[in-house]
Amino acid sequence: MEFYRAHVLVCGGTGCTSSNSEKIRQEFIAQLNKNKLDKEVQIVVTGCFGLCAQGPIVIVYPEGAMYTMVRLEDVQEIVEEHLIKGRLVKRLMAGDKDHEDPSKSLENVDFFKRQVRIALRNCGVINPENIDEYIAYDGYKALAKALTEMKPEDVIAEIKKSGLRGRGGAGFPTGLKWELTSKAKGSQKYIACNADEGDPGAFMDRSILEGDPHSVIEAMIIAGYAVGADQGYIYVRAEYPIAVNRLEIAIAQAKEYGLLGKNIFGTDFSFELELRLGAGAFVCGEETALITSIEGHRGEPKPKPPFPAVSGIWQKPTLLNNVETYANIPVILNKGADWFTTIGTEKSKGTKVFAVGGKINNTGLVEIPIGTSLREVIYDIGGGIPNGKKFKAAQTGGPSGGCIPASHIDTPIDFETLRELGSMMGSGGLIVMDEDNCMVDIAKFFLEFTVDESCGKCPPCRIGTKRMLEILERITGGKGEMEDIEKLEILSKNIISSALCGLGQSAPQPVLSTLRYFRDEYIAHVKDKKCPAGVCKSMMSYVIAADHCKSCGICARNCPVNAISGDKKVPYVIDQEKCIKCGVCMTKCPFKAIFKNA
Amino acid sequence: MSSNNCCCGIVDEKARKLQEIIENHKGQKGALIPVLHEAQDVYGYLPMSVQKTISEGLDVPLSEVYGVVTFYTQFSLKPKGRFKINTCMGTACYVKGSNLILEKLQEKLGIHVGDCTEDGKFSLEACRCIGACGLAPVIMINDDVYGRLTPDDIEKVLEKYKDL
Ligand SMILES: Cc1cc2nc3c(=O)[nH]c(=O)nc-3n(C[C@H](O)[C@H](O)[C@H](O)COP(=O)(O)O)c2cc1C
Ligand code: SF4
Ligand code: SF4
Ligand code: SF4
Ligand code: FES
Ligand code: FES
Repeated sequence: MEFYRAHVLVCGGTGCTSSNSEKIRQEFIAQLNKNKLDKEVQIVVTGCFGLCAQGPIVIVYPEGAMYTMVRLEDVQEIVEEHLIKGRLVKRLMAGDKDHEDPSKSLENVDFFKRQVRIALRNCGVINPENIDEYIAYDGYKALAKALTEMKPEDVIAEIKKSGLRGRGGAGFPTGLKWELTSKAKGSQKYIACNADEGDPGAFMDRSILEGDPHSVIEAMIIAGYAVGADQGYIYVRAEYPIAVNRLEIAIAQAKEYGLLGKNIFGTDFSFELELRLGAGAFVCGEETALITSIEGHRGEPKPKPPFPAVSGIWQKPTLLNNVETYANIPVILNKGADWFTTIGTEKSKGTKVFAVGGKINNTGLVEIPIGTSLREVIYDIGGGIPNGKKFKAAQTGGPSGGCIPASHIDTPIDFETLRELGSMMGSGGLIVMDEDNCMVDIAKFFLEFTVDESCGKCPPCRIGTKRMLEILERITGGKGEMEDIEKLEILSKNIISSALCGLGQSAPQPVLSTLRYFRDEYIAHVKDKKCPAGVCKSMMSYVIAADHCKSCGICARNCPVNAISGDKKVPYVIDQEKCIKCGVCMTKCPFKAIFKNA
Repeated sequence: MSSNNCCCGIVDEKARKLQEIIENHKGQKGALIPVLHEAQDVYGYLPMSVQKTISEGLDVPLSEVYGVVTFYTQFSLKPKGRFKINTCMGTACYVKGSNLILEKLQEKLGIHVGDCTEDGKFSLEACRCIGACGLAPVIMINDDVYGRLTPDDIEKVLEKYKDL
């Protein structure tokens, strides 16, 4: 390998790519060439650093200086100041700029301080398109150890001992699943990876695949050895082009190095890996549906049992785990189950990655020990709620989960506590809501999602969720009645007990959970015909405060439906019949004379 | 099999590619969905004629091909616009007002979600999280992402495509 005196890491995750990191990279190349530094400084494109809201992000080593929101015109300054003169560009640095050693800015960014990175260990650290970098960071060491020093049952025993639980949502003990698959009858078995990541608003798995694809590949090979399978499938969403591309590169490189294929590490163990692209159906994240989809059919779920461990892809025993679950495996084998069990809570070991989004300052990816409180995630890591607003609730588990209200903000996050609160861990989406969000509207949003995504196979889900949505539409439309609330509860119960698969069984959760903690909001919509958060359009209006209006006419000129009239010297008024509540007038009024009346 | 079904004599470039795709996957287990993905890359959508060719080529009943195409939202029976606008309606974008962005787009383009403008220039879709939640609310036009949007920004964004 050539020697470089400095490395410039440019984030190539989806968030930063969207905020133009590719152009930043090209500008670095141009600037380095111009200054003849291209032999001294290497540019590395990495996966997501986690702090996507501050993107595009650039880190310069050896100092480890993290530059945020880098613009094209900043590149020249970074090159001339930092790389040539050795002076940090403090203006662009994240974290405590006046710290004694500002170069260690990565360590003093609150966002990173409290995180423990196991599944994300290599994200933002290595170039995901280069297998040598993965290997340099202990990559494929666990595979070598498993194949040459351990028997399959030793591998399973170690995973069992680690206490690792599935990160795809349900938290099923991973070691036990491996054992069940290994004991299942049959000579042909399969390994599958669930990279369908359906929770809208979550991108943990995507970031792992984009930032560290080899960790998943290595784990799947280990799993193949442990349960006795020689073929694996990664089922990944077609909507993730960068992840798909990096997986393809990684698989090809692993093949080239003899880590996939015949007689891996000179043993008689062989393993092949193929990608299968999902095609945009949320239900395919459900394990039996995913398997049907890999087989090439409509992804409709099947009743369980039989479980995939017994009868999965082409009716053969199949081990299915989530991306993040796999990403933990190599580390557990390298560092040992005993080390892993020191992290987390009594019943849930290790860490969990969350995609924190919504009304929070540091939107991004965080990996925290299980048992960390929601308060720490939102305030210490997430930097709190923007614009001085009040925290109202956090939604976990996406359309299958529920919300955690402000009164429970100190709850330690683990599988059991979240379930007791009526939510669930889910795959890791964590959406923060503030006082401006209407909880009835949020429940409606998730139900619209399930109605859209229901595969239609069983009536309780197909028809029941539609009924529930109609009721919610009535309530948010100002036409609800008190008995509608009861009807929602009865329908929920029926759907939960009779739907065929997890999608239907959990679809009522967002409604039940918001009813549990925000019943008064439902009642306000039904009884007072008011939306306290001012979201539901049918229940609010825009009004002009006559004593503040300076009759400038700006609002009237901007109203798309000509709903505003007035004249010089007389205050303007909004014709409520015509108004479509677009809110344009309020943003345009230079004198803040227009307000929302909820 | 020699079912080279060219009845019209004009085997155009796309048809040739489709045959190639089918040949590559023939005999593979679970080949239908990968073939549909690749065929859609070639044609931009999956008209009945393409589905028929696939059905014959892979020896899968047409009803099954059609069933799979209609099940998955990624597969489209209708042609898309030259510029595909995808509005993220994932949760992170929704709580930051993506529905207002979508309304604005529908108003400006004069079409509904799932439709294409008459001149075939723009089509409008709603999608789930595109992984750029840090920039919420976001829309994608073909491969370009626009983030941190307000409804007022939409006009400026569309302006960029005026002469394209
Ligand atoms: C409707 C539905 C959607 C699901 N979506 C996902 C998903 O996107 N990703 C995932 O890993 N698991 C998902 N699951 C859970 C899987 O069925 C399965 O339990 C999981 O992939 C097993 O892996 P694990 O034990 O490693 O968590 C979903 C389940 C249901 C019912
Ligand atoms: S519960 Fe819903 S998604 Fe699941 S099988 Fe029934 S209809 Fe399909
Ligand atoms: S809210 Fe919109 S439609 Fe209503 S008056 Fe204001 S600008 Fe006009
Ligand atoms: S923009 Fe404001 S000040 Fe001007 S006419 Fe409208 S309400 Fe009055
Ligand atoms: S994509 Fe760059 S920090 Fe997340
Ligand atoms: S929810 Fe829109 S990008 Fe994630």
